[in-house]
Amino acid sequence: MHVGLTHFLVVSAILFTLGIYGIVTRKNAVMVLMGIELILNAANINFVAFARYGNFGLSGQVIALFIIILAAAEAAIALAIVLNIYKTFSNVNVDEIDKLKE
Amino acid sequence: MSYFDIIFYLFAIITVASAFIVVTTRNIVYSAYSLLLTLFGISGIYVLLGADFLAVVQIMVYVGGILILLLFGVMLTNKITSVDIRTGAVHLLPAAISSGVLLGILWAVMTWTDWKTYDAQIPSTTIFGLGKILITNYVLIFELLAILLLVALIGAASIARREESEENN
Repeated sequence: MHVGLTHFLVVSAILFTLGIYGIVTRKNAVMVLMGIELILNAANINFVAFARYGNFGLSGQVIALFIIILAAAEAAIALAIVLNIYKTFSNVNVDEIDKLKE
Repeated sequence: MSYFDIIFYLFAIITVASAFIVVTTRNIVYSAYSLLLTLFGISGIYVLLGADFLAVVQIMVYVGGILILLLFGVMLTNKITSVDIRTGAVHLLPAAISSGVLLGILWAVMTWTDWKTYDAQIPSTTIFGLGKILITNYVLIFELLAILLLVALIGAASIARREESEENN
């Protein structure tokens, strides 16, 4: 079967679903972050695939570039918050942390 | 089957299988290293889609930056000495069912929709076009993202630093 736009979209759909599954099932906050990275990458594959097959020029690739930058900023901030939570509560399980202060 | 198809299936299998390992394995260090393999697979998919610069950026930013940050997060928030690196999981069955339904819906939509595709002529190198479009059409977003990165850097350093009163104790 000739590989076309649909194949890339299906790969991205699988990645997106796995990311959602990881976010809702894991307790560890760092694992939740990994799920978010999977979802962002799935969106990126969609943007680049539509830019390649949809005759939109390079705009899709530029937006994918912006998403990568945003993901970097998000990971830095989120890990700083996670480290702070660990310092305060001595664990990072998202189902046990229900206070903003100790 | 052309070489393009074979390489696509290779990268797709690498990406999906390692992403599956990321979300299912109990050991969080294993999932961090599987995420590395997933990001490499996605970078290969970008190459197949004619986005060479994006593939290099993916490897440099994700593998070189974000993954190292995640590994730091894993290592700093687990009690390494008491080997408590496993992580719990909750609601496995409802999550599996609902994400299976979601995958089915997404798959059906992606497959049945009649996408209008053109055989776009991607230039052999995208760096020239990307650089031009970044400082013409998207220059405002580009500058705003530069400010955002600076703010994120300062904010992360300020959130994660040790409090003065804690050091005195």
